[in-house]
Amino acid sequence: MSTIQSRQFHHDAEVLTHDLRHRSLIQKALGGYYVKRDEQKAKFTDWQSARASAAAAKYEAVNHLDKYLIEFTDKLAARGTKVFWAADGPEASGYIAEVARKAGVRRIIKSKTMTGEEIHLAQALEKEGYHVVESDLGEFIVQLREEPPYHIVFPSMHLTRGEISDTFEKKLGSQPADTPEELTMIARDVMRKKYCEADMGISGANFAVAETGHISITENEGNARLSTTLPRVLVTIVGIEKVVPKLDDLALLLPMLATSGSGQNMTCYNTLLGGPRETDETDGPVEYHVVLLDNQRTTLLADAEQRDSLHCIRCGACLNVCPIFKNVGGHSYGTTYQGPIGSVITPHLRGLQSWKHLSFASSLCGACTETCPVKIDLHHHLLQNRRNAIAQKFVWWEKPIFAGFAWFMRRPMLYRFAAPLLRLGDPILRMIRGQLIDPARMWTATRDLPKAPPQSFKEFWRTRNAR
Amino acid sequence: MPADSREKILRRIREALAVPAPKRHLAGAGQAVSHPPQDWLPPVPRSSEELVALFEKNSTDLKTVVHRCADRAALASVLALIAREEGWKSIATHNFDIGNAAVSALGLPTLRTDQPYTSAELEPCDAGISGCDCLVAQTGGIVVTAASAGGRALSVLPPHHVLIATTSQMVGDLADAFAVVRERYGEVPSFLSFITGPSRTGDIERILVLGAHGPKKLTVLLLTE
Repeated sequence: MSTIQSRQFHHDAEVLTHDLRHRSLIQKALGGYYVKRDEQKAKFTDWQSARASAAAAKYEAVNHLDKYLIEFTDKLAARGTKVFWAADGPEASGYIAEVARKAGVRRIIKSKTMTGEEIHLAQALEKEGYHVVESDLGEFIVQLREEPPYHIVFPSMHLTRGEISDTFEKKLGSQPADTPEELTMIARDVMRKKYCEADMGISGANFAVAETGHISITENEGNARLSTTLPRVLVTIVGIEKVVPKLDDLALLLPMLATSGSGQNMTCYNTLLGGPRETDETDGPVEYHVVLLDNQRTTLLADAEQRDSLHCIRCGACLNVCPIFKNVGGHSYGTTYQGPIGSVITPHLRGLQSWKHLSFASSLCGACTETCPVKIDLHHHLLQNRRNAIAQKFVWWEKPIFAGFAWFMRRPMLYRFAAPLLRLGDPILRMIRGQLIDPARMWTATRDLPKAPPQSFKEFWRTRNAR
Repeated sequence: MPADSREKILRRIREALAVPAPKRHLAGAGQAVSHPPQDWLPPVPRSSEELVALFEKNSTDLKTVVHRCADRAALASVLALIAREEGWKSIATHNFDIGNAAVSALGLPTLRTDQPYTSAELEPCDAGISGCDCLVAQTGGIVVTAASAGGRALSVLPPHHVLIATTSQMVGDLADAFAVVRERYGEVPSFLSFITGPSRTGDIERILVLGAHGPKKLTVLLLTE
């Protein structure tokens, strides 16, 4: 049974797979990433033990989530931050719109938050009449183009400088520019005014430290620091799974996030926020709200088998190594989270039957599992999603086919009789392969048909022994 | 304000956690967690001279400009030279012992961000000159808090951030940095940032551009002490 989501995926994947320009762009971008990532990994005393250690920290947090969330929110509230627990997207957006209304906010500046993307926060606030500007350069570019982010870490990696220059020319009225520097400076100039004008900032979070009640934000551009410092009201939206038990966990996780995410030893700014401006401070937001979002994360938590997918630190490493992602591109997924991690968690967050096709679109090569810095068993979770999808919605014709196959294979006489028939039929199979009359065309249209051997193994063995 | 879903979410979490996670989610953790995680990170030398050398290497790799200064007079002349070369017209700073004399010797209009100010006043300043809590050799970064660096904005809004620090502020890794901050303030302050190099982006064709939104330049004047 195909759903709208799976039809869209198959269509877009088909188009993108044949788009050689797209492929060379992605390969070039990721080629640089592999080199940098390996350089940084090599600096670690023991990367594999670092992974195990990071996984253990996230395991502790996720498997005692209630305890650490209470500790985290109590610590935050003690310093004057208002905490709101949102069960879903509308609750979170509704609260943030209410905060904006009460504070008389007019302009909102936003730094990168995938959790915000997940609940379409910017669109919800624009519907309420607020002007929301994305400050992350990649997000700003895709916002101007009215596209979703292409990749959870590199939102605009699918665009060339020429396309970005055209977008800026059209939307900002800027002069055409040839270099990434010039284009970045155009965005920088536009944005500096916006930071100073905005009366509300919205940020995401990479970690939430239970021990001290701090949000941790990782970025390179400085836009998150500006968005969380200059506006008088600040809201941070954070998924409940982002919590880590101890501050010292960050001493490990921040360098690992940088290594896996972008091949850096540390990203440029790693900022801890524990509350609004204090009495002895001269700047920073006077009002600070932290919105904790569930939005079906507890459904994923309840699947003990796949609970480790909540360890995810959203570094994007599994996307960067995935042969499917590299061919079909980020937009084909139609999800907030692309690549292997997106294929694993989206069925839990948005419904298994609508999103199961993503778990089938995998070669199960395991490159994702091998690269994951927190050791999520990604490719096995793809298999489990397939199993769960079938168990939930039985495909009636699969069982008789496999039963017939088993019946046939248990009868050597029949098998011996059929093998030469296959050799006879081979030219016909070759002729109809992938055509409309081919009953197996879904499979054969995009795959080579192995040549039928001149003799079966059994025949070979018999003649070999006779010699 | 709308009522939130705290109890509902906590109930759902507790129901979910009633089934334990399989042990394989912790595969290989036993040996790894019997050590402090620092044992797995990039190694950090012990002697302070080696720490400073590692910091210089790592931060220079990330396009931070580091000047070693033998004494305060040398530091003041390096700062004056930068100010002249870049043609600074106004600067922003805060009150901190090792920087005060060098900053006032510049004789430029100066905004103090440890006194009430507005971001519209800070935005046009050519440079922000600040102190820090410590420098991290392992990452080539610096640690700023509101108290040590003149608030939350001084180290990020002006296009050139000049940091003045002493070699005695050098620590090995991030965990050491957290220990320094906790010792100094008793708890971790509401604002703390690890700054590792000038602001950057690779969002256009993954090509590195410095000065995305924050400072285009980061200079560390390191006083030998």
